[in-house]
Amino acid sequence: MNNPVRKIAVSVMVMILLLFANLTYVQVVKADDYRNDSRNQRTAYAEYSRQRGQITADGKVLAQSVATDDRMRFQRQYPGGPAFASVTGYLSLSFGRTGIEGAADSILNGTDDRLFVRRLSDLITGRDPRGGNVSLTIMPTVQQVAYNQLTQKGYAGSVVALDPRTGAILAMVSTPSFDPNPLASHNDKTVQDAWNTDNAAKPQVLLNRAISVPQPPGSTFKIVDTAAALQNGSTPDTVLTAEPEIPLDDGVTTLENYAHTPCGTGATTTLRDAFARSCNTAFAELITSVGIDKLRTQADAFGIGQSDLTIPMTVAPSTIGNITSVTALQQSAIGQLDVKLTPLQNAMITASVANGGQLMAPYLIKEIQGPELDTVDTTEPDRIGSAVPAGVAATLTDLMIGSENRTQGGGKISGVQIASKTGTAELGSKDIPPHAWYVAFAPADKPTVAIAVLVENGGDRGLEATGGSVAAPIGRAVIAETLKAGR
Amino acid sequence: MAAPPQAQGRAPAPTLPTGRGIELLLLAFATVIVTGALVIVEANQEQELTTTLLWLGLAYLGLFAAAHVAVRRWAPYADPLILPSVALLNGLGLVMIHRLDLADAARAAQLGNDAPGSLVLRQVAWTAIGLVLFVVVLWRVSDHRMLSRFGYTAGFAGLILLALPGILPSSISEVNGAKLWIRFGGIGIQPGEFAKILLIIFFSAFLVQKRELFSTAGRRFLGLEFPRARDLAPLVVAWGLSVGVLVFERDLGTSLLFFGILLVLLYAATERVSWMIVGLLFFVGGAVLAYNLFGHVRLRVQIWLDPFSDFQGGGYQLGQALFGLGTGGVGGTGLGAGRPDLVPFAESDFIWSSLGEELGLIGLAAILLVYLVLITRGLRSALAVRDSFGKLLATGLSYVMALQLFVVIGGVTKLIPLTGLTLPFLSYGGSSLVANYALVALLLRVSNAARAPLPQRPSVPQAPIAQAATELVARPDLSSGESRGAQS
Repeated sequence: MNNPVRKIAVSVMVMILLLFANLTYVQVVKADDYRNDSRNQRTAYAEYSRQRGQITADGKVLAQSVATDDRMRFQRQYPGGPAFASVTGYLSLSFGRTGIEGAADSILNGTDDRLFVRRLSDLITGRDPRGGNVSLTIMPTVQQVAYNQLTQKGYAGSVVALDPRTGAILAMVSTPSFDPNPLASHNDKTVQDAWNTDNAAKPQVLLNRAISVPQPPGSTFKIVDTAAALQNGSTPDTVLTAEPEIPLDDGVTTLENYAHTPCGTGATTTLRDAFARSCNTAFAELITSVGIDKLRTQADAFGIGQSDLTIPMTVAPSTIGNITSVTALQQSAIGQLDVKLTPLQNAMITASVANGGQLMAPYLIKEIQGPELDTVDTTEPDRIGSAVPAGVAATLTDLMIGSENRTQGGGKISGVQIASKTGTAELGSKDIPPHAWYVAFAPADKPTVAIAVLVENGGDRGLEATGGSVAAPIGRAVIAETLKAGR
Repeated sequence: MAAPPQAQGRAPAPTLPTGRGIELLLLAFATVIVTGALVIVEANQEQELTTTLLWLGLAYLGLFAAAHVAVRRWAPYADPLILPSVALLNGLGLVMIHRLDLADAARAAQLGNDAPGSLVLRQVAWTAIGLVLFVVVLWRVSDHRMLSRFGYTAGFAGLILLALPGILPSSISEVNGAKLWIRFGGIGIQPGEFAKILLIIFFSAFLVQKRELFSTAGRRFLGLEFPRARDLAPLVVAWGLSVGVLVFERDLGTSLLFFGILLVLLYAATERVSWMIVGLLFFVGGAVLAYNLFGHVRLRVQIWLDPFSDFQGGGYQLGQALFGLGTGGVGGTGLGAGRPDLVPFAESDFIWSSLGEELGLIGLAAILLVYLVLITRGLRSALAVRDSFGKLLATGLSYVMALQLFVVIGGVTKLIPLTGLTLPFLSYGGSSLVANYALVALLLRVSNAARAPLPQRPSVPQAPIAQAATELVARPDLSSGESRGAQS
């Protein structure tokens, strides 16, 4: 029976050959697919054992990896804590990565092509590969002031501060915030507990309100109306209705001014006065003469509706909605109905007015550095386009100075002229506390900072809240801090 | 052991090399590899590198040196490659189980739980028990042919062992859905692993007696001699046995193993391909039946076809294993540097993917070659041994390892549907390890008979042809009494 035994031996070899062929398929042909599958956590685990780069802002470390003696070798730390969480995001083994940690991941973990040469030298010198560093445009003191302003009264809201000349984001705050440190822990239970707490929190804490949630802008949208109207033949002296309440185009709906007050003392008013007093009826009349198409063109020029904006985090697109009737246009003119802007978008509109009409692309990363803090790449300011002609921007500045000078609320800075607009956006019902907005730039004659402040649901004033009373003091404090730092 | 110098007229017979020296050398080599692997694991896991590791390596060498001495004593001519292959596989398995222990301990520390029990200590204990059984088998079974006398006893005992977990209540016998266990206290035994060997002994003895019957009568069809329908009885019995295992113990792997091994023995005994064809038809029929009747079989097939469609559910284990293998790639992550612990049952059923992640394709190919050496040396003994029973026994014992290898590795690497079996010597699991040591002891026993010089007859110089016949003299008296019973 040796003959069959020999054949059996051959069959054994065939089986082993089959196994080997299949292993080759799994470990060579399919290896990359398996290795890079998003459900394969091994890559993330391996990444944890390399030194990830720092996130810094103006010399202050916002995120760093420090050596530990546990298996992961490096612990991610966020010395800035919750105040900077809307910028840094978090890096969690189980729950992914957000903010700069997510958007600049390839730089921080060292796989970015711009770090290729350094990676190569690490390979040759036998050093553990290290990630690159990211230096941000954020001004830590401004960010901190903005965060403190929002949190000291327990507001849910957001502050965005831009350098209007470059688009550099000087502050980007969202409150209430979260502490990214426990989420980056190597202790699974700590991570899970933090995640459960953060996820259950009301109002939501993991949400970046500055860029992720478009909200009705209320009267701050009148800047867009006015920009369109000024290019459509209107001037600050254009005469408009001063009625406290008017019927809209459909003859059914009515529109009234804030607190049902007439716009000044006369029967009519001017665009200048209507802007300063933020009269809804006057703007309903104004926008009817501008028309839907021109308003939409103007909104587009300010960047509203842009769906591919990244800073490098993806910014949720703002919108003016599908305006299908004149009535809808009149309601949209006061920043209601389907008009929704992110605080960043609102700050961009303000910044472009401050910058002589030129809209700059907002950005957070000032510089990419190699592991030795040597500069690899510097962000050059990028002009998106011309939002309004310089003359219109100047007129708008003038109108916004008028608005600022009529706006109540504390925090006025002596010796500095601010140009601003407030907004108080209703949320579909008179019983829900409105969103309070304040957009501004300063100094008005030579602007170096443009801001947008959003305080959700009336802050601490409830139904009585207005942009001037709730949001303006915060905005002014942020501007003051920015100017103090010498911008 | 050297033959006395021959006297008149004949050239002195060359002293046959026993190969024991090579065996010891290879055992030392295996020790170096295993100790090296252990050091790498410790280094990569950032454990302290102490001289304890050296002592562990020496203890390992000591354990196998003892086995080596037993071989030297009781099976001096046995194949010198078999024991070192086994030692290497066992050692690598221990290192990987220890490595997974470290991962479990780290995880428990992270979660703030108490450190889990060390699996490697248990496995070391099982190794020691296995080696004791190994020595006992070598010692007590002085000639493999004596086993054929206990053919029916072995068959009966094997059947009972196999059926026992299926009959026992689930609380004792069921682990993870398969009723394969007998558990009391903290210790679980899979009697099927021992039944495997007993049934191979039985089949070998039985087929040696009946091979005339199975290989002569038959009718021709398509150029092949097919067995008569009534002679299919043993095949039907084996098939029924396999289906029984599947139904009552819900274990695809064991079921497959038993059927495959009987088929191969039948083929080896009769030299008729037609048995294979009939057997394969039975297999296909059984497979179709099982697929349609049993949900757990259908589930296995679905997971096999696409483990990633239900990654968070049934496909998780296989999916994770594939991720591990893919991440390991050609070179592997290095021992102790991967995350094989992400795969459930990484130390038992899925130790292959654990090794593949950290040793890569290169490491797995090397281990496959070690298995190939082990199995082919077993089959080589089957070829060389002079008696039919020994041939069948060695073929069966070798082939059962090959089949188990194929079924387990094929399952883990998505070549075939996954079944719940362990890899011989590598996987965590006491029964499998101990039983396989008994298996290897028998293999060495056959191998010794195959390679030992023929007994010298000092009296009259005999022609070589006469020597060749001596081995077969013992056969007839074994079968005469029992053949009647089987024919009825």
